[in-house]
Amino acid sequence: MTGQTLMTLTDIKKSYFNAEIETPVLHGINVTINRGEFVAIMGQSGSGKSTLMNILGCLDTPTSGSFVLNGKEVGTLNDNELAQIRNETIGFVFQGFNLLKRMPLVDNVALPLLYAGVSMAEARKRATEKLTQTGLGAFTKRLPNQISGGQQQRVAISRALVCEPALILADEPTGNLDTTTSVEIMNLFTRLNEEQGMSILIVTHEPDVAKYAKRLVRLKDGYVTYDGPVADAHL
Amino acid sequence: MNIFQVFLEAFRAMSMNRLRAGLTMLGIIIGVGAVVLMLAIGESVREDINRRISAMGSNVMVIFPGSSTSNGVRAGRGVVQTLTLQDAQAIGQLPSFSGVAAIVQQPFQVASGTTNWNANVSGVTPEYFSIKDWNTELGSLFGEVEIRSASRVAVIGRTVASNLYGEADPIGQTIRIRNRPFEVIGVLENKGSDLGGGDQDDAVFVPLTTARQQLIRWGQPGSIHYALAQAASASQVQDAIYDASQLLRTRHRVRDDQEDDFTIRDLASIAEAAQGIATALTLLLGAIGSISLLVGGIGIMNIMLVSVTERTREIGIRMALGAKRRDVLLQFLTEAVVICVCGGALGVLFAYLGSLAITKLSPMEVGISMTGIVIAFSFSALIGIFFGLYPAKRAAALKPVEALRYE
Ligand SMILES: Nc1ncnc2c1ncn2[C@@H]1O[C@H](COP(=O)(O)OP(=O)(O)OP(=O)(O)O)[C@@H](O)[C@H]1O
Ligand SMILES: [Mg+2]
Repeated sequence: MTGQTLMTLTDIKKSYFNAEIETPVLHGINVTINRGEFVAIMGQSGSGKSTLMNILGCLDTPTSGSFVLNGKEVGTLNDNELAQIRNETIGFVFQGFNLLKRMPLVDNVALPLLYAGVSMAEARKRATEKLTQTGLGAFTKRLPNQISGGQQQRVAISRALVCEPALILADEPTGNLDTTTSVEIMNLFTRLNEEQGMSILIVTHEPDVAKYAKRLVRLKDGYVTYDGPVADAHL
Repeated sequence: MNIFQVFLEAFRAMSMNRLRAGLTMLGIIIGVGAVVLMLAIGESVREDINRRISAMGSNVMVIFPGSSTSNGVRAGRGVVQTLTLQDAQAIGQLPSFSGVAAIVQQPFQVASGTTNWNANVSGVTPEYFSIKDWNTELGSLFGEVEIRSASRVAVIGRTVASNLYGEADPIGQTIRIRNRPFEVIGVLENKGSDLGGGDQDDAVFVPLTTARQQLIRWGQPGSIHYALAQAASASQVQDAIYDASQLLRTRHRVRDDQEDDFTIRDLASIAEAAQGIATALTLLLGAIGSISLLVGGIGIMNIMLVSVTERTREIGIRMALGAKRRDVLLQFLTEAVVICVCGGALGVLFAYLGSLAITKLSPMEVGISMTGIVIAFSFSALIGIFFGLYPAKRAAALKPVEALRYE
């Protein structure tokens, strides 16, 4: 599996339109990411990192350019096919965790499985397994506001993993966490990448966090200014 | 997601905001409760009217003397102006009639021992009871023998029996009317009130001949207050009316240019009018209930729209996790339907309690029918779908990124 092409971006452009005024954000991104890669995306605030992540996660569509994921041109897919990709192929981790407040942790983690058509009992079983793997087996019945931020992010990662996706997309996953907790989270990502060969893309502002990745893509004002091994970059 | 999970989610969403769900539901509870109760009241009024109509006897018409002209001027000087027992008997011979009864009546004080009661005393021919399909609850009716011999016997209604004798058996007792003793030979079964609301059981019946000779000295001998005639069948009612008026015009020697000196009133047409009023009443009450249901439905739509806006971010998260538009649509639609159906169930319950209260506190007997419940239920589910669809569609149409970015 490792080494095969996971996604190819060719001349991806993205502009936002507000009241007919065009704001170009991405000016033609060309990146190829293989299976099993661990990539950090860095860049100044407003450089277009989140915009790019949303396109990669099939949450948003580029204004132009080609995005091929798993051999499929994403631009040609309909809403249901996109939903299926988000469900099966991609696991999201957000800066603000984005857990559903009123659901116990186990149901939060089980939700993607329910959308995949798995039965409630089976979904809960697998969710409990995933929570146990991330060290939260004791908290399955708690609500998100009854655990710490670091624990919430681990729940979010469990939820991202529960459908066994090929790719984890994490937009500033440690942005709301202290250094110790950030280290825990990054160790978790590293394990997933090294032991399970999962492809991981994270956006971060912190060089210490970026060091966990193997490859770095740096954005500036919508252009890629660096794409290479983390070790060679000036962080 | 299967439908069970969708329902579970809906219940969870409702339990998160109980007060809001409760208040929204209240609109539906009141609406459904009003519809069910109003329809039940309308239905009970209609049943009541139908009962009174069938108590009048079927295919029955009333014939009384005097023209129906409103100015009160009697036409035909010199002709026979009264209706007589012989007229009634002649009508009874017509093939379009199956029976005719002649009646005279006057209110009297009726006494038994030291107890008094004011009742309507009617002198009737025995056909009266068969036309009205009225039987005794105790004892028996009088027949031709008592008519011929002008016996002093009386058949009394339930109200009179209760007031004079209480729980005691009135059969064989003597009542005094105009100071003349009459033997009570029968008590009639309960018939309730007539269309006009008068108590039909507050009556004493004696043979026509006895009444004419000993109680009601009025007019010429043989004249009666009115006749009750029964057509041979429902389809013959109009023919019977025509036949009877031709016969009476001939017998009374009414000239062709003169108006009838009698009036024939078909009770079926009165009954139809009353039924029409009852139907209109039911519709009106139903409409009032429906308006409150509509208001409740708009409340649902309002709250669902607020809920969709509030939960935009949640919708975004769900979409990021793989929810299809259909899943989001179904989620919000189910929430609206669950609120409506729960509200509908409670509304039916309140309507049922209301009907019990009305039955207890008023003379009306209101019962909730199964059809009413089924209609109310399906209607409230429909309200949920109708008023939940627009908010749910708005939720499903959200773009994932924009929903996620919503604060
Ligand atoms: N919905 C939008 N409409 C218009 N402009 C937008 C919209 N979303 C983002 N932008 C603009 O696009 C640019 C890139 O935004 P983006 O969120 O991708 O930046 P970022 O690199 O993730 O920044 P940060 O590090 O602060 O998260 C910014 O200049 C921002 O103002
Ligand atoms: Mg960002």
